[in-house]
This record gives sequence, structure tokens and C-alpha cells, in this order.
Amino acid sequence: MLKVLFFASVKEQLDCAALDVEWREAVGDLDALQAYLGAERGPQWREVLGQANMVRAVNQSVASDNCRLRDGDEVAFFPPVTGG
Amino acid sequence: MAGGAVLHVSVQRDDFDVAALQRTLLAGAQCEGGVATFTGYVRSANDRCQVHSMELEHYPGMTQNSIREILRESAQRWPVLAATAVHRIGKLRPGDQIVWVGVAAAHRGAAFSACEFIMDYLKTRAPFWKKELGPDGGRWVEAREHDTQRAARWREGGQRGV
Repeated sequence: MLKVLFFASVKEQLDCAALDVEWREAVGDLDALQAYLGAERGPQWREVLGQANMVRAVNQSVASDNCRLRDGDEVAFFPPVTGG
Repeated sequence: MAGGAVLHVSVQRDDFDVAALQRTLLAGAQCEGGVATFTGYVRSANDRCQVHSMELEHYPGMTQNSIREILRESAQRWPVLAATAVHRIGKLRPGDQIVWVGVAAAHRGAAFSACEFIMDYLKTRAPFWKKELGPDGGRWVEAREHDTQRAARWREGGQRGV
């Protein structure tokens, strides 16, 4: 199972904070997972997750490129951070 | 120096007492030298929009880990004796304290530089998001290019930026 989390404006736009996705080869990397969510959930999801400044993290580390996902991984989508 | 530096991170809803934080920082470091600190406060206006209050969201777990990593990196770059970063989450109002960074070092140069480095990295790497609530409702604060540029200065080889 992949645990997928959304934060801040992304969470609000999708009206979703977290969901589980069964791991399989079709969601075996970040780009594939993102494409799957867009296809499964519809155009609004595709558009929101595809925003140019979207940050993706795997197991709580920012992933600057596409990367492999393993069963049990935690994936997060969020906008650029604004703390401090 | 990173191995010996006393590093402390707190992400909390409650307000904090800067004098108490500084005493704790000094006690942990057995410090001789100096302490540089930065305290951030919530603005009452941002991008010409009035702010009544602010809601601070974060990514539990990743927030603490990313700040700890920033402190560790600061202690690798400078001879830091101790460093603390405190960041608040939840509902805040203009004038409220939001962030505190303190660095103890034997000399002021390291303390000032490490403190500035920690703030610059915290603003661009730690997963916090501000939502400002004003007369026209809520709006998510946009990340600033200026902050990204400030953080990037530290990558350009220098111990201090421009």
C-alpha cells in the first residue's frame, strides 16, 4: 500500500488530505502514481497535481525527479513552503 | 563540529519565552562566546492585504526532521556549540511570535552566519504553509522568489552570501 498525503492549498483544491493506493507496477514510480491519480480521479486532479510548482516528497524527503516507489512508501504532494 | 553540537527542534502550538529558550540553549552548550538569535512575528499586513489572523499548517514528522537536518548542516559549516529552532503551528494573530532560532558559538561570526543560514533554509525547506485570514476571507501565502534566492546564496560556495 502507498500512503498518499496532500497539504495546504493542494489539500483544499482536491478536498482530500490522505488516501491509500494499492501498490502495483502501474504506480511503481512517482510520475506513474501522479498519472494514475489524474486518470482515476478526473481532470481537476490532473490539473492540480500537474501544477508547475508542485512539490513531491517520498518518505518525507523532497523528490526533485521521478523516483521508484516501493510498497509501504509515503508520498506527499504540496505547494512551495511558506514558513518562518 | 556537527557531532558535538547540541541541537534542539520544537514545533508547537504554544507561545514561547525567548529568554527561557536562550538560557536553555546556553546551558546545553556550556557556552563561552556568543549567542545570535532571530525572532519572527506575524505581520498585520502582507502584500497590501490586511491580516486578521493566520493558520499555520505543517507536515508532521517531516517538519521536525527537515529542521533537524538544517541545524545539523549549519553545525557542519560553522563551529556551532548549540542551535535551537522553535516554530509555531495553528492559529496565530498579528504580533504573535512565530519562529525563534538561536545559535551559540565561540565567536560571533559563526553565530550570526549559522543563524541566518538556518532561517533562510527553514523558510525554503521546512514544510510549513501559512494561510492568512483577512477581510476578504482566507488566502494561502505564496512562496517568494526572494526567499529562494536568499537560500541559494549559501550554495554558491561562500560562508556568507552577498
